[in-house]
Amino acid sequence: MPGYAEILVSTFIVLGGLFGLVGSFGLIKLRDTMQRLHGPTKATTLGIGSVLIASMTYFYLIKGHVSFHELLITLFLFLTAPITANFIAKAYITRHIREQDLPATSSDYGWSVYDDPPGKETEEG
Amino acid sequence: MIEIALLFAFGCYSLGLLFNLWRITRGPDAADRILALDTMVINVIALLILYGIREGTSVYYEASMLVAMVGFVSTVAYCRFILRGDIIE
Repeated sequence: MPGYAEILVSTFIVLGGLFGLVGSFGLIKLRDTMQRLHGPTKATTLGIGSVLIASMTYFYLIKGHVSFHELLITLFLFLTAPITANFIAKAYITRHIREQDLPATSSDYGWSVYDDPPGKETEEG
Repeated sequence: MIEIALLFAFGCYSLGLLFNLWRITRGPDAADRILALDTMVINVIALLILYGIREGTSVYYEASMLVAMVGFVSTVAYCRFILRGDIIE
């Protein structure tokens, strides 16, 4: 007879597996590179967050000791996922989209892929 | 019950790894390959943590933490190489 702790942990594990599968499936299903960027960065990150919650609840409710390693890993992954997505999008823009095809930015400075960052001239000069 | 859920999640993430491998071999662009590699790292972290739950030990957190850090650094280095032609300027 499974207790409520086992049901909770199993739910989180199954949810995490489903989200990870959806994210990786989006990688082969979606048509464009910019579309494909959405699957892994959002769904897979959510999936691994769910797996880490399952691990925390498992070790707390069933093994009986609290561990904070999962929180560290969650924090690290949730911080780095947007950064890698931004870098990959920039790499794609550099190789495939010309500067004149990009829409105008609403500020004095252009796209960071093609223009120097603001304040660079003053640093050097 | 947890055993069945673990088996299901192992299957999901293994299938996800195969999808990523397919995207790495086929991917029309370097950005696709970097993205697939990054997803592969995340899936491997998930597999490590699930294996830790299955074995009931907390030894695998350090391993998954290391994999996460190395994966992030390698992704950023690869993107930076494409962006600037150099990793450390």
